[in-house]
Amino acid sequence: MADLDTIELVKDIDVDKYKYGFETDIESDVAPKGLNEGTIRFISDKKGEPQWMLDWRLEAYQVWQNLTLPTWAKVSYPPIDFQDLHYYSAPKSSPAPKSLDEVDPKLLETYAKLGIPLKEQEILAGVRKQGEKSDLDGESGGEYASGKVAVDAVFDSVSVVTTFKDELKKHGVIFCSISEALREHPQLVKQYLGSVVPQGDNYYAALNAAVFSDGSFVYVPPGVRCPMELSTYFRMNAKNTGQFERTLIIADKGSYVSYLEGCTAPTRDESQLHAAVVELIALEDAEIKYSTVQNWYPGDAEGKGGIYNFVTKRGDCRGDRAKISWTQVETGSAITWKYPSCILRGDDSRGEFYSIAISNGRQQVDSGTKMIHLGKNSSSRIISKGIAAGRSDNTYRGLVSAHRKALNARNFTQCDSLLIGDKCGAHTVPYIESKTSTAQFEHEATTSKISDDQMFYCMSRGLSQEEAVALIVNGFVRDVLQHLPMEFMAETQKLIGISLEGSVG
Amino acid sequence: MLEIKNLHVKLEDEAREILKGLTLSVKPGEVHAIMGPNGSGKSTLSYVLSGREGYEVTEGSVTFKGEDLLAMEASQRAAKGVFLAFQYPIEIPGVATMQFLKVALNAQRKARGQKEMTAPEFMRHVKERAAKLNISQDMLKRPVNVGFSGGEKKRAEILQMAVLEPSLCVLDETDSGLDIDALRVVADGVNALRSPDRAMIVITHYQRLLDYIVPDKVHVLSDGKIVKTGGKELALELEANGYADFVGKAA
Repeated sequence: MADLDTIELVKDIDVDKYKYGFETDIESDVAPKGLNEGTIRFISDKKGEPQWMLDWRLEAYQVWQNLTLPTWAKVSYPPIDFQDLHYYSAPKSSPAPKSLDEVDPKLLETYAKLGIPLKEQEILAGVRKQGEKSDLDGESGGEYASGKVAVDAVFDSVSVVTTFKDELKKHGVIFCSISEALREHPQLVKQYLGSVVPQGDNYYAALNAAVFSDGSFVYVPPGVRCPMELSTYFRMNAKNTGQFERTLIIADKGSYVSYLEGCTAPTRDESQLHAAVVELIALEDAEIKYSTVQNWYPGDAEGKGGIYNFVTKRGDCRGDRAKISWTQVETGSAITWKYPSCILRGDDSRGEFYSIAISNGRQQVDSGTKMIHLGKNSSSRIISKGIAAGRSDNTYRGLVSAHRKALNARNFTQCDSLLIGDKCGAHTVPYIESKTSTAQFEHEATTSKISDDQMFYCMSRGLSQEEAVALIVNGFVRDVLQHLPMEFMAETQKLIGISLEGSVG
Repeated sequence: MLEIKNLHVKLEDEAREILKGLTLSVKPGEVHAIMGPNGSGKSTLSYVLSGREGYEVTEGSVTFKGEDLLAMEASQRAAKGVFLAFQYPIEIPGVATMQFLKVALNAQRKARGQKEMTAPEFMRHVKERAAKLNISQDMLKRPVNVGFSGGEKKRAEILQMAVLEPSLCVLDETDSGLDIDALRVVADGVNALRSPDRAMIVITHYQRLLDYIVPDKVHVLSDGKIVKTGGKELALELEANGYADFVGKAA
């Protein structure tokens, strides 16, 4: 069972040694340090972008220069010198590989080292072919038992391998890197890019718009149920490189797509900046399910060297009865600043946010969601589980708002915090704004500690301290875990154990 | 199997002694009942044996299968075969009873250097035992002790005992909060586990439980010491006369 795997993994790990901390030696094509119009032209040129894309980037750069760093979050970090970063780094290799045989074996090694025991890994490694049954199948049942996962691997900043393209093509689904989408489907990109998160939305989103290197693009045509889970592994590799991914997912009328994103990163001394933007657009009767497991380097015991993760994720239920569901598991990063949100524009549209945020050591998490009700009878649901250990700070910050036209808007919010030890902090900051008296918003919040009784009970049954904590925390987050696709559940249960290593005793 | 010698115990942050020189010897296959009034140290004894933190042993020793039990952590003691059936079983929200049992059993097996049980083996292992205790599959799916009735909690404790197959079972007031029917089910479950290589210490306030779980020996615990030891008839004597005689003697 997964809990025992957790335990094994926890035991395998040396203190202060991040399991996924290693660097792959692949020749990089790096832009010089610093940010100016020249950098942006360099990036755009490298990618062979059309003029309008370059103009769009330059516009974002202009806006960015006039924006100031957001300071309202409960996180603190030394000032970032934006001129001391590389804004582009791509593995040097021949034109895109046609099959796995052509993929740099070092890359495949990297995935193996990551120890991702998932279907994606099997597929990437060629152990299991598309459509073949995996051991993971059959347990989940329902809509996730398809046993098919398409992987768009992002290594540093450029998509290196894209699998399953043909099968997706049969259904008319486009799943590729943004760069490729810009070449092959420029009209779609032009129509939707920045339509949910505009260039000047916030400091980090503007920075991303100016210098984004790559990311994933998905388009699901009307009435199509995407035949497989779409998955991307983001991974930072070259030294000192900010990671500016841009993801754009469009579900056309009556379509459905489930997208999985998972992350790990190598150890390094300097903090790494990550400022991604994800835009989701669900048209009439469409549904997008977006799941993330984030496990970036959190820094050493003093918090040194961890990833700074400033992410803007937003979905737009642009049509009636559209549905967007965010599920996130946040265990890594020194700083997490992230609020996957839903604009519930369509009548009867629905937004969901399920979150597990674990902080240990010196980690700082300020995360939550925004549910913006504009359409009639729109509904939303927020389940947030924060676990704070060590000397970490864990804040849930959420906004639920109803426009005056959002008649009968409904929201249910549940925020539960679990504290481990007495040096950490858990905070809940809910904002509720309603401009219509017909809205019904409910908010529940609890804070609890792992009790000595629970620990003793588990230990008297043979569990070690760390096994007991992993088990109790896995129980605490059960409501959210259930919303993860099967592919992520096992990994997540392991991650929970790893993340809380050293939190007791 | 278990040798407790002159055991003195106090709470870590209090000066007052709770156990004041307790001595007890339990052989494999034996069932010992420990009876005594409130505050005599019954629960403390169960916690000290199972390794709960917060207690300090100031004098004496506890040897289990020839090893120093007090030197072991709670989880090590469990792997060695010590099991405590809790008076008030603890809730663990979100963790299915079945999952809890499997994690516990395999943690112990691993600690003993045995192979972990596979899912089908484990299912069989639990199903047989659960059926005997009137525990449904549905109950096994519910989170550990969450929303269980008093009777369900106690039956679940005995199920854990049956699944983990310890060599020393300590039952702390297992009869409390049970009606007569539930008591019978629990007692039957316990009796089914009696075997020549397994010992039991049954801690109880009332003689009633001992009608169903018939002990080999009965000890009266008063003010931190065993003040009288006898056969099963001693329990009946206590039922008739109360603890007053012994409390007086100890004072």
